Amino acid sequence: MAAALVLASAAASVLLHLDLHRQVLWAATRMVVQLLLVGLLLRFVFKAASPAVTLAIVVLMIGAAAREVAVRPTRRLRSAGNHRISIAVVGISSVATVALALMTAIRPDPWYDPRYAIPLMGIVLGSVLNSASLGLDGFLEGVVIRRPAIEAQLALGASIHEALGELLRSSIRRAMIPIVNQMSAAGIITLPGIMTGQLLAGMDPIEAVKYQILLLFLLTGAGGLAAAGAVYLAARAITDERQRLRLDRLATASTRSGRR
Amino acid sequence: MLSISGLRSAHGGPFDLELGRGECATVVGPSGVGKSLFLRLVADLDPGSGSVQLDHRLRESWPPVAWRRQVVYQAAEPAWWHPTVQPHFPADSMECVRASLAPLHLPTAVLDAEVTRLSTGERQRLALLRSLSRAPVVLLLDEPTASLDEASTLAVEALLQDRVRGGLSIVWVTHSTEQAARVSHRRYGMTREGLRSL
Repeated sequence: MAAALVLASAAASVLLHLDLHRQVLWAATRMVVQLLLVGLLLRFVFKAASPAVTLAIVVLMIGAAAREVAVRPTRRLRSAGNHRISIAVVGISSVATVALALMTAIRPDPWYDPRYAIPLMGIVLGSVLNSASLGLDGFLEGVVIRRPAIEAQLALGASIHEALGELLRSSIRRAMIPIVNQMSAAGIITLPGIMTGQLLAGMDPIEAVKYQILLLFLLTGAGGLAAAGAVYLAARAITDERQRLRLDRLATASTRSGRR
Repeated sequence: MLSISGLRSAHGGPFDLELGRGECATVVGPSGVGKSLFLRLVADLDPGSGSVQLDHRLRESWPPVAWRRQVVYQAAEPAWWHPTVQPHFPADSMECVRASLAPLHLPTAVLDAEVTRLSTGERQRLALLRSLSRAPVVLLLDEPTASLDEASTLAVEALLQDRVRGGLSIVWVTHSTEQAARVSHRRYGMTREGLRSL
């Protein structure tokens, strides 16, 4: 029945000459295959209940998320600077948040039970990925655009912290917008996906709500940590010990393509 | 008191310059030869090598913020980081700033104006007052009168010459040899080979 709706969308595309039907059908097919493979993998991982396998999956997830954070910004730091920042920020914020949740609020036995650790890590990484990407992109773009104003302050004797202050704050604020919107809308405009799944599975609404509140708090904490971490590490990378702005540490189009 | 020797970066140099207290050194040269680069190197805004000393003390021995409070740099196109003018000035400098407005043909109301509503000439004169409000020992000026008419140019020169007589030292980049002749104690010419005393 659900598949019929996808077929109907494709048919509408043909009738209206939208030329989207191939993309819709291909994306739907990919989605089914990917999710089935993920389901098979998770069945194996849950059955194994091995800390080594759980850790390997978590490391892969963090690595994939870190790569997305690194390549998303328009501006890149030389010498894989974006990647170094993203690995540190994504790794620390996600592991710290998930470990805290598993060991204090959720407390499965064992605490690293993959049935809890892996889905939780997936949700947290989604928030971390958004926040870190937006923060890093906002700061690196902003530091180029605002260079004259930043250096004007430095030239008058301001510290690098004072000169960069407004950009740091605006970059972190911008990175937090999605999660703040999500919290504001929850329960009034939207029912979050996790809560929807639990209600469909027959869970008591109050219990489902408790888990959802916990999750949103976790996402906010992880997202805030990731945003602030990405922005502050980028600020450190783009300045030096004499408190100079070092935009020469940003890759140019030719250095990014490997040309001299 | 300002002694520069062998100052260079990957993009220009070497530069040598000597400047005493209460002196004005002008630097003239064609566009693109490195005059702005030279000033940015002295202000420690760009990395470079060579020796820069203030009162026989190497620049590297100064914390960077302390150096730039002593040696203030004003770019050819001064930038602004707040929508209005007044927040760009230290609160304790406002009395002196207000007293300097009239000599530069600026109305008092300009301090409450939005920066985007000011003319280029007004912004350039206000930028000069902004630099002077930090009470530097050395002022590095990159074409400070480029956008001004003749009357405003002479007013700026008079203000700065008065400050020089009071002990301020200035390195003044200008494209005008006539201006250099009016304001200089020392004159330098810049070419692609570097800086030389004229």
